[in-house]
Amino acid sequence: MVVDVLTGTFTVKSGHAQMLKGGVIMDVVTPDQARIAQESGAVAVMALERVPADIRADGGVARMSDPTMISQIIDAVSIPVMAKCRIGHFVEAQILQAMGVDYVDESEVLTPADEAHHVWKHDFAVPFVCGCRDLGEALRRISEGAAMIRTKGEAGTGDVVEAVRHMRAVQGAIRKLRTLPDDEMVVEARDLRVSLDLLQQTREEGRLPVVNFAAGGVATPADAALMMQLGADGVFVGSGIFKSGDPARRAHAIVQAVTHYQDPHILADVSKNLGEAMVGISARSIPAEQLLATRSV
Amino acid sequence: MNIGVLAVQGDFAEHCHVLRTIGATAIEVRLPDHLAGLDGLIIPGGESTTLSRLMSLYGLREPVARMASSGKAVWGTCAGMIMLANEITEADPVPLQLMDVGVQRNAFGRQVDSFEQALAIRGFGDDEYHGIFIRAPVIIRVGAGVDVLAALPDGRPVAVQQGKLLATSFHPELTADARVHRYFVALAGGPSFDPDAPAIAAPRVR
Repeated sequence: MVVDVLTGTFTVKSGHAQMLKGGVIMDVVTPDQARIAQESGAVAVMALERVPADIRADGGVARMSDPTMISQIIDAVSIPVMAKCRIGHFVEAQILQAMGVDYVDESEVLTPADEAHHVWKHDFAVPFVCGCRDLGEALRRISEGAAMIRTKGEAGTGDVVEAVRHMRAVQGAIRKLRTLPDDEMVVEARDLRVSLDLLQQTREEGRLPVVNFAAGGVATPADAALMMQLGADGVFVGSGIFKSGDPARRAHAIVQAVTHYQDPHILADVSKNLGEAMVGISARSIPAEQLLATRSV
Repeated sequence: MNIGVLAVQGDFAEHCHVLRTIGATAIEVRLPDHLAGLDGLIIPGGESTTLSRLMSLYGLREPVARMASSGKAVWGTCAGMIMLANEITEADPVPLQLMDVGVQRNAFGRQVDSFEQALAIRGFGDDEYHGIFIRAPVIIRVGAGVDVLAALPDGRPVAVQQGKLLATSFHPELTADARVHRYFVALAGGPSFDPDAPAIAAPRVR
C-alpha cells in the first residue's frame, strides 16, 4: 500500500497559526526568559539576541540571531520557537528552517536585506509570519506565502498607538470590501496592489484568510485586551515584558488578559500590582527615517 | 444539543463553526459557570502548557472532571487529547487524567514535520478521513477499556474512545469533513451517527 504523507503544506503551516489563536507570543533573549514565558502561559516564544527596544537604542545593522542562542532556547522549552530573519534574506530563512525553528518572522525589526523583494515563502516547509500596516500589505505577504500575519505597530516603543492604527486599518478595509459591488473590486485590487482572487476571498470570508496577531507596542494587559477587542486573533509582546519591572507577573497577566479580553472585571484583577511597565517612547516622537513599520512594504 | 468548547486558548472558533454548521449549539467555555447545562465538551487544539495553566487558574479542572465522570461526552483534539490523558511523557503540562491512555507530546518532531495523511476510522465506512497533524501528540499506551478508532500505518493510535470520551491527535475542525463532529454529537446524545452525511463548506480561519 502506498501511503501519501504530505509535509510543509499551506494547511499545516496556516493551521499551526490557528493553534496559537487566543494566545501570547513573547520575545525572549535567553533560555531563562524562555522558561519564564512558558511558565507564564505563552503559546510560543520569539528567540532573538536583542529585544526591539534595544535594537532601536543600539542602532547599527540588526541581523538574524546567533544560531547557538536560538538552539539553546529551542532546548529550553517545549512550546513552539519562532525566530526572525531580515526582510528578503532567504538564506537566513533557510538557516532557521534547517535549525528546526517552528515559525520564521520575516521582520521589519531587523534591517532589511532587500528593499524590493520579500522571501518567496511558498518554497519553505517552515511557516512564515509577516508584518503589515494595512490590508494591501497583508494580502501581498499572503500572496508570497505568509501563513500568518501580524499588524506591525511600532516595535520597541511600548506605545500601542501604531498597533491600533494598523489593526483598525486592516479591519476597516475588510468592512469596506463587504460593501463594494463586484464591478468595483477590480479597481480596489489594483489600488491595494493585490490579486483580485485573494481580495474576493477576503471579502467572502469577512476576515484575513490567515490568522492575524497584533504586535508592536503592547505593554499592559489592557493594551492586549484592546487589540483583541479590535479583532486580533492573539498578541505578540516584544519589549513590553522583559523590559518591565516584574516580567513573570506581567507575562502571566497579559496571558490572562488575552483569554478574558471581554471581561473588564478580570482585566481589572490581572492589572493590579504589576510593577513598572516598560518606560517606552512615544511613537510620534520618532523621526520618520527611524520608524520600523515603514520598511519594505 | 449544547456543546461547550473550551475557549481559554486555541482554535475553539473553528470547532464552534463546525458544530453550528451541523445543527448543534456551540458555547464558548472560559469559566466554570459556562459549563452549566452542557451535553458535551470539546477541548480544542492549542498549546497544552497554556491550556493546563489557564484551566488550573480559573478552576476548570475539577468541574470538567466531574462532567466526564457523570457520563457527559468529552472530546479532545491534539492539545485537548494531551489534557484528557492519564499520563504524558513530560512533567508539564499536567493532564486531567480522564482517559486511560498515555500520550507523548510533539511525537513527530517540530513544525516542519507536521503532516497530512489519510486515515481509516472505524465505523466511518470506506471513505478515508483527512488527518491534519500539527506538532501532534501520539498515544503510546492504550488502557484495557479504551478502543482504538484509527491508527497510523505504523500502528500508532491517533483516535481513541473510552465510553463517552474521545481523543484525536489530528484536527477534524480544520477539514470540511464533519464526520468526527457528528460522531461526537451522537455520543453526547444527539442524532445518531450517519457516516454518509454530506461534507460541509470548505474550512477557513474563524
